[in-house]
Amino acid sequence: MLRVEHLTARYGAVVALRGVSMHVDEGDLVAVVGPNGAGKSTLLNTVAGLLKPVNGKVLLDGTDVTGADPARLVRAGLALVPEHRRIFRDLTVGENLQVAGITASAADRRLRLDAARQRFPILDSRWDTAAGHLSGGEAQQLAIARALMSDPKLVLLDEPTLGLSPVMTDVVFDLLAELHERGRTVLLVEQNAHRALALADRGYVMRPGEIAAEGPGAELAARDDLFATYLGGGVG
Amino acid sequence: MSTFVQTIVDGLGRGSTYALLALGISVIFGVMHLVNFAHAELITVGAYLAYFLSTRDINWWVLAPAIVVSAVVASVATERIAFRWVRGSSPFTMLLTSFALERLSHALWQVFVSPTKKSFAGPAWVFDTFEVGGIRFEWMDVATIAVTALVLALTAFVFRRTLFGIAVRAASEDFDAARLMGARANRVIAGAFAFAGFLAGVAAALILMRSPSAEPALGSDYLIKAVVAAIIGGLGSFTGAVAGGLALGLAEVMLRGYLPEGVWERLTDAFVFALIAALFIVRPQGLFTVRSAERV
Repeated sequence: MLRVEHLTARYGAVVALRGVSMHVDEGDLVAVVGPNGAGKSTLLNTVAGLLKPVNGKVLLDGTDVTGADPARLVRAGLALVPEHRRIFRDLTVGENLQVAGITASAADRRLRLDAARQRFPILDSRWDTAAGHLSGGEAQQLAIARALMSDPKLVLLDEPTLGLSPVMTDVVFDLLAELHERGRTVLLVEQNAHRALALADRGYVMRPGEIAAEGPGAELAARDDLFATYLGGGVG
Repeated sequence: MSTFVQTIVDGLGRGSTYALLALGISVIFGVMHLVNFAHAELITVGAYLAYFLSTRDINWWVLAPAIVVSAVVASVATERIAFRWVRGSSPFTMLLTSFALERLSHALWQVFVSPTKKSFAGPAWVFDTFEVGGIRFEWMDVATIAVTALVLALTAFVFRRTLFGIAVRAASEDFDAARLMGARANRVIAGAFAFAGFLAGVAAALILMRSPSAEPALGSDYLIKAVVAAIIGGLGSFTGAVAGGLALGLAEVMLRGYLPEGVWERLTDAFVFALIAALFIVRPQGLFTVRSAERV
């Protein structure tokens, strides 16, 4: 579904990605883990169109979407849950979800809003609350619900458990597992490396700017050497 | 007492046009981080259109909507012709672009129409008055306040209840996040310019009914007041822009009314700006605090 070929991206003079190649097959949950500064978020931002690469290609269902505008990529079936959630704090929960359904017809948007209210009861109960008043866990659920409003083929999630309590981290991982079980294709960048790899069909371990290792998630999760070298400690 | 009430109504009438202009400036600032110094040129566009149409004996029931439409078209055109090319540039570049556009507008009117003022007839009823409880009011003040209230209610509806309005508010808060939701940058920004043009067009129609004349620098005085009103309210805050405009209008009219006639009266603007300076010492962020908008 998603194929990234020899992607190079930079912030000014700093090269953040150097010829990164990876792929995500339909229905898979793929985890990308690595130390801070490895380029994980840069990879997602480049795929989602927020950063134009200096070299390489991004193919979505075989179509070259390299450097395409984010709004076009949403219409092509890609949704990003960005790092730090970036919910619209001054908008209500309902308004956040409405604007996230901007690509849908009015009828589809209504159906998806109803579905979001049923799937996320906590959001339903706070529908008219300004999103800036939500707790971290509620805000993350809103960010994920928002991404689902465009009914994407591929969901990219950037550090969805960052700053969350252990209880809310469990809620988010349960949600990811549910998305996966329902057949949604997911590309997950996550600081909680072991847990992400254990959940994933496949995984990539990044070192600064490059892919250091790839393979089935469970296998990568069991490799002490990778954790010792790149992920700051032992398994578990 | 009657003078005080009359002054309040007069102040609200004057402040209403500032509020409409300041709101337009805030809408554009929200989505582009641009303080559009060419915004009040939309009044000049409307004024010249009204002048040309009035020479053909077209009445104000047609002139007023035509002024509004011309401001919308001109506003969208400035975005398409000038501001789209500098989108994403530094705020300084965008500011200079808006200054250039303002100067260019003055020059074009001077060269292709006339450097002198062109007057035309306003509606006959503008200076008519009526009396309630011994207090005399001008119909135009009441019409200005009523039209502004209607337009503000419409604005509130658009920004609270329509997908376009919600998308503009979202984009004002975090433009990249709005694009990640599928909002098309060009449409949101062009829509914001169209709406700002609509607000400026209504303000222009109200201004021109009272002062029916066109000259190249017509917009300049209103521009300063509108920008100041938007800053008083907290640049980017829609509610603040309205509050700032009304407060500025009230302050102006009250100072003019209560300062001694003669030299002091002419210092009204200086007093108003001194009050504004005092406000910024107490509240540097303006009356309303705004979360920082993302620039695109």
